[in-house]
Amino acid sequence: MGSGEWRMGKASHLMVFHALHSPFATPDFGFAMTMTMTKTANALTLDVQTDGLRAINQRLQNVPKGSNETHWTIANPAGEHALAAGLQSPIRVEIMGTAGYYCAGMNKEATVIVHGNVSTGVAENMMSGYVRVKGNASQSAGATAHGGLLVIEGDAAARCGISMKGVDIVVGGSVGHMSAFMAQAGALVVLGDAGDALGDSLYEAKLFVRGTVKSLGADCIEKEMRPEHLELLTQLLAKAEMTADPHSFRRYGSARKLYNFSIDNADAY
Amino acid sequence: MCGIVGLYLKDKSLEKSLGKMFTPMLIEMTNRGPDSAGVAIYRDPVGKTEIKVTLAHTDPAFDWSALAAKLTALHGKSKVTKIGNHCVLVSKASEEEVRAFLAAEAKDVRVVGAGHVIEIFKDVGLPRAVADMYDIESAHGSHAIGHTRMATESAVTTAGSHPFATGQDLCLVHNGSLSNHNTLRQWLRKNAKIEFQTENDTEVAAAYLTWKLREGHSLKQALESSLTDLDGFYTFVAGTADGFAVLRDPIACKPAVMAETDDWVAFGSEFRALATLPGVEKAKVWEPEPAIVYSWGRA
Repeated sequence: MGSGEWRMGKASHLMVFHALHSPFATPDFGFAMTMTMTKTANALTLDVQTDGLRAINQRLQNVPKGSNETHWTIANPAGEHALAAGLQSPIRVEIMGTAGYYCAGMNKEATVIVHGNVSTGVAENMMSGYVRVKGNASQSAGATAHGGLLVIEGDAAARCGISMKGVDIVVGGSVGHMSAFMAQAGALVVLGDAGDALGDSLYEAKLFVRGTVKSLGADCIEKEMRPEHLELLTQLLAKAEMTADPHSFRRYGSARKLYNFSIDNADAY
Repeated sequence: MCGIVGLYLKDKSLEKSLGKMFTPMLIEMTNRGPDSAGVAIYRDPVGKTEIKVTLAHTDPAFDWSALAAKLTALHGKSKVTKIGNHCVLVSKASEEEVRAFLAAEAKDVRVVGAGHVIEIFKDVGLPRAVADMYDIESAHGSHAIGHTRMATESAVTTAGSHPFATGQDLCLVHNGSLSNHNTLRQWLRKNAKIEFQTENDTEVAAAYLTWKLREGHSLKQALESSLTDLDGFYTFVAGTADGFAVLRDPIACKPAVMAETDDWVAFGSEFRALATLPGVEKAKVWEPEPAIVYSWGRA
C-alpha cells in the first residue's frame, strides 16, 4: 500500500486492509466506524478532528506487539484530553500540536512526542516508555509515574513530578511550586529554576536543579553531589538529549526526618 | 468546575471579528459549565456625558421603551436596545440617577453592568443557547470575558451567573469557591453599604473589589489585597475598560492557561478553549503563576 488516503468502514475495505497489513483486527473496533488515515513515507496519520479522540486511542491501544504499524502521527490535537493515553506497545506516536490533560497517561513502552504544549498531567502514572514535550507543560507533569523517561523541553508548571514513583523527568526550563511533592523514587532534573517548596515531604527521589530554588519544602535539603550522582545525571542528560554541564547542578533530597513519628512532636497533635 | 475565557485584541483590525473568535472559546468550555453562561463585551463607547447600563428583567415582554421614555422625561435623552432577555440603555443621566430612577420606578429591573463601554449578557442554559440569544457570534469590540457555570454553592439563576459587575466598566468572572463569603458579605453590607442580589460567593468577591476600587485602590492593588482577604480557591479574570487582569489563588488550585501573539492575548481554563484562535500554533503559551496579577491592555 502506497501513499494516499484510506477510508475504512466497509467490510470490503477492511478485508483489503487486513490482507495487506496484518495483524490489524481489533474486535471492539467495529465495522461501522469510519476512520481516515493518511500514510506518509513512514508514519500512519490519524486526525483528531475527523476520526475522533476515542477511536484514535482505541486504535493506538490495540496495536499488537510485533506489528509493523509502529509509527503514527496525530494531526489537529486541539488540546483534546487523554490523547495517546493507555498505550501498551513499543510504538512511536507524534502529536502535531498542543494536547490537553493526561496526554500519554499510563504509558507503557510507547514513545510519545508532542510537537507543542501539554496541559495538566502529561504522562501521569507512566509505567515505562518515553514521552517528550517540545513546548511547555502545565501542572502535575509526570504525576505518580512509576517508570520511563519524561522530557519537557520548555517549562513545567506547578507540582511537576508530584508523588513520582520511579519515573525520570528532565525539564529544559523551569518548574513551578510544589514540584516533586512527596516524590518517592526516580530523578527530577531541572535545567532552569525551581519554584516554592521544592521536594516537600520528599521520600527517596533525587532532585537536580541547575538554577535557583525559590524555597525548599519540608524535609527537603541540599545534599552532596557524589560521583555516582554525577554519573546518573550525565546519563539522564544524555538520554534526554539535553546539553548541560552536570557539575553546574545541585542535588536535593530527603532529610528523612518525617519518616518516623518523633515523640517530641506529640504535643502538636 | 466552571470555565472562564478572555480575549483581548491587540490588532484593531480584528475588532469586527471579536464575536467570531470568542464564541467558540465559550462553547468549548460547555462541559466545564453547562448550567449558565455569560459574556462581558467591550464595544461602542458612549459619549463622556452619557452612561451605558445593561439591564435585565424576568419578564421577556417587559416594556423597555416605556421605561426609557420616563427616564428621558426626567433626566434627558435615554434610548434602549433590547438584546435577548437584556436591554442596553444609553442615557444622558448619571449612573446614580439611573439607579435611583429604577429603585423608584421599576424595582424589578436589575442592573447587570454599567459604564461607558461594557455590556454584560448572562443567562441560564447551555453556553451555545446563551451565545445565540445574545448574538455573541456577530459581536464586534475590543475585548470580551466569558464564563460557563457549573454551580456549586448557590442557585442556578441569571443573577447568579457571571460576569459580575464591580464598578463602571469593570467585571469579574471566577472559577473556584470562596469559603469566607458569608462573613465578608455581612461585613461589606454593614461597613461598605453594598447591596447584594444573590447568595453567590463570586458576587461577594466582586463587591469586595468594588469596595476596594471605590476606596481608591488600583485594580492591581485590589486584586492583590484579595489574596489576604478572600479565603478559598479561585482563578479570577477581571475585565476593565482597556483590557483584562488575571489572578490565581496562592496555590493555583484552579486551571488557567494564557496565550499571546502579536495580534491578541487570550485566557482559558483549558488550552482547548484557545485551540481555534488564528495563529495559536505560533502563540506563546504558558500557565500563569499563582498569586501574581497579570494584566493586559492599553491602560
